[in-house]
Amino acid sequence: MTTPTPTLAVKVLRAPRAHRTSLVFAIACGVVAVMTLAAVFAPFVAPYPPDAVDFTAVNAGPSAAHWLGTDGLGRDLLSRLVFGARTALLGPLLVVIGSTIIGMLLGLLAGWRGGWIDAVLGRVFDVLFAFPSLLLAIMAVALFGKGLVAPVIAMSIAYAPFVARLTRALVKAERTRPYVAAYRVQGFGGAWIAFRRVLPNVTPIVGAQSTLNFGYVLAELAGLSFLGLGVQPPTPDWGAMINEAQSGVAGGYFLPAIVPAVAVVLVVVAVNIIGEELSDRIGGGVPA
Amino acid sequence: MALDSRTVSVAAREAAAEAPRRGRWSAAGVRRVAGKLGGLALTLFLASLLVFFSRFLVPGDPVSFLLRGRKPSPEAIAQVTAQYGLDLPPWQQYLNWLGGALTGDFGRSLQYRQDVSTVIGERLPVTLMLVVMSGILIAIVGLSAGVVAALNRGRPLDRLTLVGLTVLSAIPSFVGSIVLIAIFAVQLGWFPTFGSGQGFGDMVYHLVLPSIALAIVFVVLVGKVTRSSMVEQLGREHVEVATSRGLKRATVIRRHVFRNALGPILTVSGVLVAGLLVASTIVEAAFGLAGIGSLLVQSVDRLDFPVVQAIVMLVVTAFVVVNAIVDLTEPWIDPRSAAGASAR
Repeated sequence: MTTPTPTLAVKVLRAPRAHRTSLVFAIACGVVAVMTLAAVFAPFVAPYPPDAVDFTAVNAGPSAAHWLGTDGLGRDLLSRLVFGARTALLGPLLVVIGSTIIGMLLGLLAGWRGGWIDAVLGRVFDVLFAFPSLLLAIMAVALFGKGLVAPVIAMSIAYAPFVARLTRALVKAERTRPYVAAYRVQGFGGAWIAFRRVLPNVTPIVGAQSTLNFGYVLAELAGLSFLGLGVQPPTPDWGAMINEAQSGVAGGYFLPAIVPAVAVVLVVVAVNIIGEELSDRIGGGVPA
Repeated sequence: MALDSRTVSVAAREAAAEAPRRGRWSAAGVRRVAGKLGGLALTLFLASLLVFFSRFLVPGDPVSFLLRGRKPSPEAIAQVTAQYGLDLPPWQQYLNWLGGALTGDFGRSLQYRQDVSTVIGERLPVTLMLVVMSGILIAIVGLSAGVVAALNRGRPLDRLTLVGLTVLSAIPSFVGSIVLIAIFAVQLGWFPTFGSGQGFGDMVYHLVLPSIALAIVFVVLVGKVTRSSMVEQLGREHVEVATSRGLKRATVIRRHVFRNALGPILTVSGVLVAGLLVASTIVEAAFGLAGIGSLLVQSVDRLDFPVVQAIVMLVVTAFVVVNAIVDLTEPWIDPRSAAGASAR
């Protein structure tokens, strides 16, 4: 490490008060970055394989050998937490990408074309709004089986209307702006203007909203695993870890449940801070 | 802010005089109600199509889908085929299902060998009790947090409330459940860890922790909406007018601020009902309660699709109906919204 360590501390101390939100923002980014790196490099970071059993330490507290203790089967909690970050982060990432793509395309279509397409899509969104995302995910599991695939697809569909409604409102406002008329006068086609000029203009605001969605989806997918309907054991997953630790909690062993619970809360808080900061910086929102 | 209080109060009086004249039974009002009910019926119809025909998205024949994980004996196949009319064309199967659903007949449960409606009926009281207790908690805690924050806006108490709400908002219900069980049930032993109890009083006692766990996220929602809605009203001119007329602060807050702030709060509470019903699946699972939420999870687990279909349809119906009720009662609470709606 070439950078002397005090630099960051000094920077933080010298930072003007106005940048306090930025510090919180930096910490939040740090949390997400650490979790992401841990997930990607799990085999190198984790001290043990996620399902390695240590019979000498069952429900053990933190120690030098097991920093966060072990669960009821003697598995290292830190290792399971690190490996569990993979499914915990991958699921919401896929949902956010899927719902953003579907939602932006449909929102662009509805907002740009208007008319009967808008009316029909509006009715479709209304119906989808009536299905809470977790309920749609549970129904998908009932149809297609447990795991990550069916809930991720269902959640992508469930979140798409939120993205679409926002995109539609933004596109509708954007369509009346002079630059659109200017392109039209120059003979550019409607589809070209919509995709190459309007879509990039609404993307930052939609992106900030999608970042906020990441936190909700993470909590819901973890909840689904907690119900035993999501990621299946022996794959380590935060929600599934809490589920498996439930009987231990009744017996007074809180750590195996608290460790993944804290991880979920930490990531949700961090992602929400990032999302809110992003939407503040963009200064967007739905124009009236 | 320049304020001509005379024009404002005249306008307010005019608006007040206008409201009863645009009464609930005017032609526009009736048309509005009819339109809402039509929208409600259409949404429910489309939702039922989705719930019913979702089964057809699964590749393979419907008999083996419904009998997954069970021994497909010839009798069972014949029984399921006859019961669901699986040899009929899909639209006829749908009409049969819809007709049954409208009369409360959702077919037979595959895991219990009982009517789906009976199975759900046995589990419904626990969930309803849970939702009601949670709803009371949300109303009390969420509303008072929002009101206290709004009346102290910018002051430490406001910031404290907002920080508290932000912290709570990051606690998913399964985390809340586990923490509450660990602290109050296991460590302190004040409440049971498991089950929904016998009789009314015992049930309430058993549902204290679950209803708190269920309420957490929604307290945040109601609290934040109440605060921002109240803050918005507090800055309005009519509040200044009321204050300058010499009304007591409590009266101004109650009759001019809070009542006007109710609209957004009501809208949120419409979303809340479906949210509570769905989130109760997680809370019921965590506390081992025999409600429809845990029944839903168990039915998914035991491949009992008719029960899943029925519960999904119930939750969606509850959501749509409650939202329609909120929509329809809004003009009664806030006459301006009716005037605005009929002007549209």
